[in-house]
Amino acid sequence: MSAVIENHHDDHHHGPAKGLTRWLYTTNHKDIGTLYLWFSFAMFLIGGAMAMVIRAELFQPGMQIVEPEFYNQMITLHGLIMIFGGVMPAFVGLANWLVPMMIGAPDMALPRMNNLSFWILPFAFFILLSSLFMEGGAPNFGWTFYAPLSTTYAPPSVTFFIFSVHIMGASSIMGAINVVVTIMNMRAPGVGLMKMPLFVWSWLITAYLLIAVMPVLAGAVTMMLMDIHFGTSFFNAAGGGDPVLFQHIFWFFGHPEVYIMILPAFGIVSHIIETFSRKQLFGYSSMVWAMLSIAILSFVVWAHHMFTVGLPLAAELFFMWATMLIAVPTGVKVFNWIATMFRGSITFETPMLFACAFVVLFTLGGFSGLMLAITPADFQYHDTYFVVAHFHYVLVPGAIFSIMAAVYYWIPKWCGNMYDERLGKLHFWLSFIGVNVTFFPQHFIGLAGMPRRYPDYALQFADWNMVSTVGAFLFGVSQLLFLFIVVKTVMGGKKATDQVWEGARGLEWTVASPAPYHTFTTPPKID
Amino acid sequence: MLLKYLGKFQYLSIAALMLIANPIKADWFALNMTRGITDISNEVFELHMLIFWICVAIGVVVFAVMFYSMYAHTKKKNPVAATFHENTKVEIAWTIIPFLILIAMAIPASKTLVKIYDDEAGDVNIQVTGYQWKWQYNYLEDDISFFANLSTDADEIYNLVPKGENYLQEVDEMVLIPVGKKVRFLITANDVIHSWWMPDFAIKQDAIPGFVNTAWTKVDVPGIYRGKCTELCGKNHGFMPIVVKAVEQDEYDQWVSQKKDVAMKLAELTTKEWTTQELVDRGEDVYALNCVACHQTNGEGIQGIFPGLAGSDIALNDKEKHIEILMEGVQGAAMNSFSYLSEVELAAVITYTRQAWGNAENGDGEIVIPKDIVDYKQPKI
Repeated sequence: MSAVIENHHDDHHHGPAKGLTRWLYTTNHKDIGTLYLWFSFAMFLIGGAMAMVIRAELFQPGMQIVEPEFYNQMITLHGLIMIFGGVMPAFVGLANWLVPMMIGAPDMALPRMNNLSFWILPFAFFILLSSLFMEGGAPNFGWTFYAPLSTTYAPPSVTFFIFSVHIMGASSIMGAINVVVTIMNMRAPGVGLMKMPLFVWSWLITAYLLIAVMPVLAGAVTMMLMDIHFGTSFFNAAGGGDPVLFQHIFWFFGHPEVYIMILPAFGIVSHIIETFSRKQLFGYSSMVWAMLSIAILSFVVWAHHMFTVGLPLAAELFFMWATMLIAVPTGVKVFNWIATMFRGSITFETPMLFACAFVVLFTLGGFSGLMLAITPADFQYHDTYFVVAHFHYVLVPGAIFSIMAAVYYWIPKWCGNMYDERLGKLHFWLSFIGVNVTFFPQHFIGLAGMPRRYPDYALQFADWNMVSTVGAFLFGVSQLLFLFIVVKTVMGGKKATDQVWEGARGLEWTVASPAPYHTFTTPPKID
Repeated sequence: MLLKYLGKFQYLSIAALMLIANPIKADWFALNMTRGITDISNEVFELHMLIFWICVAIGVVVFAVMFYSMYAHTKKKNPVAATFHENTKVEIAWTIIPFLILIAMAIPASKTLVKIYDDEAGDVNIQVTGYQWKWQYNYLEDDISFFANLSTDADEIYNLVPKGENYLQEVDEMVLIPVGKKVRFLITANDVIHSWWMPDFAIKQDAIPGFVNTAWTKVDVPGIYRGKCTELCGKNHGFMPIVVKAVEQDEYDQWVSQKKDVAMKLAELTTKEWTTQELVDRGEDVYALNCVACHQTNGEGIQGIFPGLAGSDIALNDKEKHIEILMEGVQGAAMNSFSYLSEVELAAVITYTRQAWGNAENGDGEIVIPKDIVDYKQPKI
């Protein structure tokens, strides 16, 4: 194998093609990673603009800016775009860039499928966003699209929504298969499973989760399609169907989905904390086992999203206990990160700031998650802003901070230039303050009794809603600074060394900065 | 000059008056879960606080170590990092200890849950049905049935007049329950999924079409309690509040007999001779409560989602079809059966929609009287 690759290496040493076709036809993992990352950034800004509409409407009680009908379209699209367009493609982009370099492979195992899995995504979101301009408006039933609100009572655009979810699902499944095949078959000699960098491990587990649950989501939307157009009654009680069945299917997908959005973050943060503590990661193997346990548990906790649908007592107890169990492996991860920092030699460059904020704020989100697991208390929390605060804490300063940390951490390797540290830190502090001013008060609003997905609210919730909106706009505007920093870094800046960070470990730091178009055409030697 | 200043003061005083007249209950101290007023809600509150303080304690310890490292183990103070990277004993400890803490949490939580799951019949049994966007209450023992609609004025919602104290938390008819009795709610829905939440009782149960969920409470303190719909159910999800009034048994009995009287009078109305104008007047009210959310005040509907009634062929020329749609609903569309309305209300609202918005002039202008509805309801042979 290696002999063949060496010959190939000697024969053609080509760089990227020129012009637009470079991006359309590319099968290069770095190009495709870049495409994914820019795409997710665009979606992040669109989904963020929708969040601004939501928060602007909630600035004061009363209906001021939009009508309830449009408000519901905003919350639906905000959720769908951030999850399927923002967070997931960003992680796939990082996997594309990093997995081959981390395991010493020349590229992804299935490069043409890699191209396909990216290039169908823009169409999916074009279809989804175009529904805003259709008669009856965009989907308005929340990103969880509970039937029958999303079937019998949905606007006509629901069919386009279903089609776009199918495309997103196909893209995710292809991306996941590619990651699994790459990791299983293309590790350089000497990179055993238990020697893989944690980001690779986290993505291997994530990819299996994706392969397991995206078809379930596809099944759910297909059943919706049948109910809407072909006269079936899967979710229609009047026809003998079961609206609760929809929720079981949806959350059997949905719960693993939330770990799909956090496991790669665990991998990223582990690398960054290790690097900037200048100390080997504490408890590597327990990190791997913790991620595996979280992934397995994620399949048996789905009904904790459904404590109020009228499940039997035995089910409520089981799902409460199983959910609480997740705190154990999650705790192990947090303890390991802190033990890595303990007696390290720490510096706080921007990636490390984001990683530290991740550990603290993700843990806060974990605490509120533990509270939500307690069924009797969940009867009070469920579908209030407390839940909104919880999942935004694990998704924004959780998943999204990890993505930002990853961008700052690896961008010198990607484009060969250092980012502006002063601006990076400014971006961090603005984001950190913004995210907490936005979401911390939502705990109060929720506990005080404001349900989620309300376009208007009673007067006792007015003060903290106003604070939350101010925070949201601060956070939103700060992301334009992030865009500026990234563009500035791509355009130029101080040249990065190959090692980039003093404490960085891993194969990706052994190649030049910027990483050549083709890396590891000959497998590296690992001791 | 003086006049100009006076004018300014006038604005100020109007603003001040508006503030006084508008008792905004905005509250910086609305931070925590309500304790509620039932034994169960108190238990839930205690559970919530217990877990909250456990989380705080864990957080303090964990973050203390982390912040200490961030402070003391910087490159400046500790130029050479330690080299340890595993410790089996510590790792076992921080797996086992959280597990034990979780068990300590799970025991009281499970006990409370078992207590909540008591599905024996209550002294008073009320069927609660969620509709887009209102609640219906049926008292199973007493044959009382009514709808509770949001009573906040649209002008308050659109900021044309100051908002009242119970903005969005008030309804046109409260649910009365007697104190000291076990009240059981049988919760279901007619169209999409809703959720009936009463924080003071710690009850939140989804209202699901085709299913009946139960929840119960025993309230000892008379008072008015306010709750909300907590499952996204369409555009007016935020506008279908719940208000329960707990009263002494005497007052409750009085209310029950009064409600029964009203029901009887309503039945009598069915046999009365109606004029078109009477029907239209009454129908306008029925329309405002039941139809306006989708079909709109001007009868134009919302393009692409809810069909307009103004100028619709059925509303103009097809009386039989018109009655049928209200009685049976439209298969596969948001239009449900409204057969739960009284004969008078149905006849009135159909007549209203056949007369309003120029429909009478453009169509046959036929009216529908309550007897037509009674006839429709006869079994067809």
